[in-house]
Amino acid sequence: MRYLITLLTCLAAISAIPAYGSDDGVNPRTGAPASWPEPVKRSRFSQFLIDRLEAGFADAEDTNVWDAQGWYGGDVHKGWLKTEGEGAQGEPLESAELQLGYGRMIGRFWDLQVGVRHDFRPDPDRTFLAFGVQGLAPYFFEVDAASFISDDGDVSLRIEAEYELLITQRVILQPRFELNAAVQSVPEAGVGSGVNTTETGLRLRFEISRKFAPYLGFEWTQRYGETADFAREERAPTSVNALVVGVRAWF
Amino acid sequence: MSQPNTPATLLQRREFLQGALGAGGLLALNSLLPAYAATQFAPGLGTVTPPNRRHAADTLMDIAIREQRLELAGQRPKAMTLNNSIPGPVVELYEGQRASLRVTNHLAEDSSIHWHGILLPFEMDGVPGVTFPGIKPGDTFNAEFDVRQYGTYWYHSHSGLQEQLGLYGPMVVHPAEPEPWAYDRDYVVMLSDWTFEDPHRVLANLKGMADYYNFQQRTSEDFIRDARKAGTGAALADRAAWGGMRMMATDIADITGETYTYLMNGLHPAGNWTGLFRPGERVRLRFINGSAMSYFNVRIPGLPMTVIQADGQNIQPVETDEFQIGVAETFDVIVQPQEDAAYTVMAESMDRSGYTRGTLAPRLGMEAAVPPLRERPMRTMVDMGMDMSMGGGHGGMKGMQHGDMPKMKGMDHQGMSGMQGKDTASGSAHASMDHSMDPSAGMKTAPAISGFATLAASIPNGRDQPIESRMERAGPVVARHGPDTHGPGNISVATVQRNRLGEPGTGLEDVDHRVLTYADLRNIQPNADTRPVDREIELHLTGNMERYMWSFDGDRFHEVESTVRFNYGERLRLILVNDTMMEHPIHLHGMFMELENGHDGRLPLKHTLSVKASERASLLITANERGRWAFHCHLLYHMKMGMFRVVEVV
Repeated sequence: MRYLITLLTCLAAISAIPAYGSDDGVNPRTGAPASWPEPVKRSRFSQFLIDRLEAGFADAEDTNVWDAQGWYGGDVHKGWLKTEGEGAQGEPLESAELQLGYGRMIGRFWDLQVGVRHDFRPDPDRTFLAFGVQGLAPYFFEVDAASFISDDGDVSLRIEAEYELLITQRVILQPRFELNAAVQSVPEAGVGSGVNTTETGLRLRFEISRKFAPYLGFEWTQRYGETADFAREERAPTSVNALVVGVRAWF
Repeated sequence: MSQPNTPATLLQRREFLQGALGAGGLLALNSLLPAYAATQFAPGLGTVTPPNRRHAADTLMDIAIREQRLELAGQRPKAMTLNNSIPGPVVELYEGQRASLRVTNHLAEDSSIHWHGILLPFEMDGVPGVTFPGIKPGDTFNAEFDVRQYGTYWYHSHSGLQEQLGLYGPMVVHPAEPEPWAYDRDYVVMLSDWTFEDPHRVLANLKGMADYYNFQQRTSEDFIRDARKAGTGAALADRAAWGGMRMMATDIADITGETYTYLMNGLHPAGNWTGLFRPGERVRLRFINGSAMSYFNVRIPGLPMTVIQADGQNIQPVETDEFQIGVAETFDVIVQPQEDAAYTVMAESMDRSGYTRGTLAPRLGMEAAVPPLRERPMRTMVDMGMDMSMGGGHGGMKGMQHGDMPKMKGMDHQGMSGMQGKDTASGSAHASMDHSMDPSAGMKTAPAISGFATLAASIPNGRDQPIESRMERAGPVVARHGPDTHGPGNISVATVQRNRLGEPGTGLEDVDHRVLTYADLRNIQPNADTRPVDREIELHLTGNMERYMWSFDGDRFHEVESTVRFNYGERLRLILVNDTMMEHPIHLHGMFMELENGHDGRLPLKHTLSVKASERASLLITANERGRWAFHCHLLYHMKMGMFRVVEVV
């Protein structure tokens, strides 16, 4: 009964608020009645970009990788999603993560991002808080840098940078660099303290359209220090050179 | 009212023919005649009632807005039409008479029609949310007004992106008094851009990637060529200069021929709009740029053009070989072809990603050579508003220090929050500016180029003439930017601001023939209001290309808190500073603006002024039209993103 009274009170309060578009007011931007539509309506947009969806071929093992991100919102405020993962072909996934968060424009070229990251793989799964910046650095480097705090308090860092070199209008060479580092060692996740891994790649894509571009490339992955030790224990390689074939697409 | 001379009329006739002759017969007919040959069955497309058949009368006209499929650029897309065609019918009015234009909306969404450049009571102006609520589906709005002017104008939807879908048409107002020139033929040449994509998708693509439609970017090949010509160091320095700013030298047009088909009177180049003439006749061509986003460079090889009107307003005739027409501008020219030959009316998009053309010919079916597209232009450090003096003083900047500046008499910054806001620093900087802005005088004081800019300037831009010579020919520096950088919605500021009215425009810097400039426009009659200026308003054109944000003073429309107030009857100077590196066609509804281009006392009147990159332009306005008037960038997608304000004359 008490809930019902509360609900009715709330409804009464809501109904007392003048609805948007009442004839009472004047739109201060136009000087026209507030009930009229805005002459220029605000729009929201979205984009879902699969930056890498690729198969890698190396001596040790062949792998599949995805790396995608999407956003929805206006110029200043955006909701965003990022996901990436990797696994040997025909094997269960080695890593799989999903990030969800909120981004805010903090500069002409930069968004501040906060969110939650969940790693479904490796087992056991882990959850992190994510803080980062994403944007365009001088000389057109696309940068995504984030720090993560796990539910156990472990702190890690990831920096990604990409550049696009136009060979022709539609043939684009894309160098890519990623660095992962951690403050604490987390053996069950195969993560040592210090620099964990770097990925250095070079992909040559052909833009059949802006939204669909197959590519060929090369990627060198290197594990360092304690992380490399963990890999050796698992009889996994510490350095992998792979040819990659994939597609970049957005929707 | 006259019959709508439109593609759709032609289409109906062709459909009629198809019924009469059967498919086989039509096929045979099509193989004999070019696609547009149906024009011989109709009064010529774009034809305006010739001078000897005009009879002043009130105009009563019904205009129907529909969504339908129609034949366009060789396909049958779904589009929005006015009386079943794109563009809409030529609406002809008579000065001194009354107009009653009944617009019926047959769409499933709200719509509107704005009469661009027409003086009328603001309630008739057709801007939803500003002058009326819009036209609901099924409703009719009767725009009724006394016709107080003459000239070439146009009309278009002011709702969402409907203009891109086809809702635009030409409007011609015949003068009550005899005109100061004679002509035998009269044609409208309406230029526009059409995309088979959904315009909302186009906008979303730009939001996802600002250079989505730019396929004329600089590649490794360009780098190698530049390095060979100017040295690797210079080529690298140039790339570093642009890369450091995170801006692109090839950013000429947001939306390009990659998606656009450019139209002339609704026909794509293969459709070949044709205006007929007999050799020796004087032909009036009323060029209207009804594009959503595209500037054109217009010429008729082999035929000089005498420009007689700009934005519907008579000017002292100027003979030229080419002119740039910004979005929403109009230029009327008279040509007099003497030969029994065809002439190509060539309209290249400013970024050279496409063109449209038509033909002036003594007989239908003729055509002349279509010149190849010229090399695409590039932005320069002048467009960027960069200070190339590297700290050294130079002539043009005398008296521009903030400290010892006399305040302008009667200058009043109150009540201008909507427009001027935080920009008081630069607002006072212009007080001592020389507003006479005589471009020819200024040319002599162009600053020397030194330092890093010289490196950048030595890149030859793929042409014979180096950019350096173009920089020397740039208009004079007339002011410097204040400390306000307009927030994250704005990428750069015009550190040095130039008077660029004497420049021919992007893509026309190096042509070897005459090009019309704004400095050439001289009113044919003395300006009516000679009072001194009561008040100055300075407004900066701002944007963030990378995020595809566009605004005035860094504030998108939804962020502003007030209208821009003009006091009824006052004399205003409106200063537009373009902090971006691209042209913006700025349009004030309801009142003409006198462009301060040095022809004092005979300033030309404009409803739309294309402000060049890093330009500082000055306009005089007599606020003698009460009401609420839209004021915006006429690049449709810029307006949509918030480069829009409302001016209130009270």
